[in-house]
Amino acid sequence: MGLETKPVSTLHETTSYNVEDFPVPTGREEEWRFTPLSRLKGLHNGTAAGSGAVAVDVDAAPEVTVETVSRDDARLGRAYVPADRVSAQAYASFEKATVITVPRATAASRPTVVNVRGAGGGAAYGHILVTLEPMAEAVLVLDHRGTAVYADNVEFVVGDGAILKVVSLQDWDDDAVHVSHHHAALGRDATFRSFAVTLGGDLVRLSPSVSYTAPGGDADLTGLYFVDAGQHLEHRLLVDHTVPNCRSNVTYKGALQGDGAHAVWIGDVIIRAEAEGTDTYELNRNLILTDGARADSVPNLEILTGEVAGAGHASASGRIDDEHLFYLQARGIPHEEARRLVVHGFFAQLLERIEVPEIRERVLAAVEAELAR
Amino acid sequence: MSTLEIRDLHVAVGDKEILRGVDLTVRSGQTHAIMGPNGSGKSTLAYAIAGHPKYTITSGEVLLDGEDLLGMTVDERARAGLFLAMQYPVEVPGVSVSNFLRSAITAVRGEAPKLREFAKELKSGMDALSIDPAFAQRNTNEGFSGGEKKRHEILQLELLKPKIAILDETDSGLDVDALRVVSEGINRFRAHEDTGVLLITHYTRILRYVTPDFVHVFAGGRVVEEGGPELAEKLEAEGYEAYTKASA
Ligand SMILES: Nc1ncnc2c1ncn2[C@@H]1O[C@H](COP(=O)(O)OP(=O)(O)O)[C@@H](O)[C@H]1O
Ligand SMILES: [Mg+2]
Repeated sequence: MGLETKPVSTLHETTSYNVEDFPVPTGREEEWRFTPLSRLKGLHNGTAAGSGAVAVDVDAAPEVTVETVSRDDARLGRAYVPADRVSAQAYASFEKATVITVPRATAASRPTVVNVRGAGGGAAYGHILVTLEPMAEAVLVLDHRGTAVYADNVEFVVGDGAILKVVSLQDWDDDAVHVSHHHAALGRDATFRSFAVTLGGDLVRLSPSVSYTAPGGDADLTGLYFVDAGQHLEHRLLVDHTVPNCRSNVTYKGALQGDGAHAVWIGDVIIRAEAEGTDTYELNRNLILTDGARADSVPNLEILTGEVAGAGHASASGRIDDEHLFYLQARGIPHEEARRLVVHGFFAQLLERIEVPEIRERVLAAVEAELAR
Repeated sequence: MSTLEIRDLHVAVGDKEILRGVDLTVRSGQTHAIMGPNGSGKSTLAYAIAGHPKYTITSGEVLLDGEDLLGMTVDERARAGLFLAMQYPVEVPGVSVSNFLRSAITAVRGEAPKLREFAKELKSGMDALSIDPAFAQRNTNEGFSGGEKKRHEILQLELLKPKIAILDETDSGLDVDALRVVSEGINRFRAHEDTGVLLITHYTRILRYVTPDFVHVFAGGRVVEEGGPELAEKLEAEGYEAYTKASA
């Protein structure tokens, strides 16, 4: 296979900064078929009325620099080119971008928290660039709250030997709409740990992607979501292995309850011909707690080289196992409590991976609150 | 003084009738052994009494101290004083043994044990059954060997101290050492006042350690013969053949 070998998948064909390069989605396209376009409030077809208020406020570790820059800052958009129409719309429409930089060989002494607060109004657009210079280390929290119709792109540039750990919380009010791309570009021997927690919002469509610019990159993408009645929470993962000897692991788990609760998980992993020695695994599991909830889970592993170190995927969606409940109840534990134990158990290993203790507590409390509904 | 009364119990799985009229009374201070060939319905009896949703009671009653067990939920039965040590204990992912046991004790006793007392109680319970203390942090039954699962069932028996315990083939799959340890646990439990045991087994081996007061031979979904410990000796010598032929 030559370097020109393209993945056979028809996904991810177009990337462009120009909105007009992407036709208005109709809902029949592979990448849009699960998303209820009518609930996007016009983010996808240019009809979204502007003027929404979304404030981005950064509480940074002392070693970290934070800048608010204008659209024409040359650093923006270098790591990531929009891959769908809403992403391009966000790129064309944001007014100010937030640039966060961790200097070379510097370890940030505490997490940097980016508070993204929606205060209603019409549509709003954003852009965040996070750069870890070579050998830098940092923990970053993106905390989305309030209400908004919001489209944004976040670029993570993880330099050679740098370590970036990100927790992104989508904890919006019930009526929020959020369409977001998170792209990480990993340098040589860079480490990227991402933890997405999606709980609130009418519609959240988060597309985390990873690319590697040199060998030795290591990415873990973990996600946890809890979908309630009427919510549409969608996660679209793309890991593109284009260079040799990199690693990726994707683990997303969700629980769903209530009428019209809809989870979508798409996991695309491409191992290109050049990416020999790739080690990758992706997993999605959905726990369906009530009737009327639906989970769509589509893992997609495309291997274009014969020389992989490991590659696999798994996907399963199902009810709580009655045998688990029976065993716990047979020891006197009431049904509701048994159900709580099982759901906690389902998320337990994931929760342990959240780097920031306060965030771990908050997510735990949120899961608890969801179960009490 | 507690009594478990099983009266003319008929149980089906789907359309298939499995138990065909079981009568049995277990009082505290007594140990009853139910012995029978594979497929005779022993586990069905155990699960039906505990309230497993797969088993449908088509007629009959089960009373614990005069209270209708069959009208209770699974957890209510356990809190009323019934315990089932399962033939195949269930693996519960992500729920640690310690967390599980603490929840169970809290439910059965009606109040949460103090953390320090719980830790002590758990440790001495595990020691007595030669269970590695590290198991407290492992997920319930996940990756346990057959013998480890059975010890864990007996640990629960000793911690929860029910009025009536049904032990479904707790002896199967155990080597001699494990059988002795588990039998000692059962005997410690039997030594308490106000406890009765219904010991289900396929083999006579465990009866050398846990001596029954009554032996019931089970075949074709009902009790086909009853007697004292000497009946077990007879089964040991002659096997179940006579009964399986008769019930077929
Ligand atoms: N959950 C079940 N589903 C279908 N058949 C069952 C189930 N449980 C028991 N049976 C059937 O009932 C009969 C008795 O089984 P069981 O009670 O397990 O016997 P034992 O414990 O004496 O070996 C068998 O024919 C078995 O196949
Ligand atoms: Mg059995």
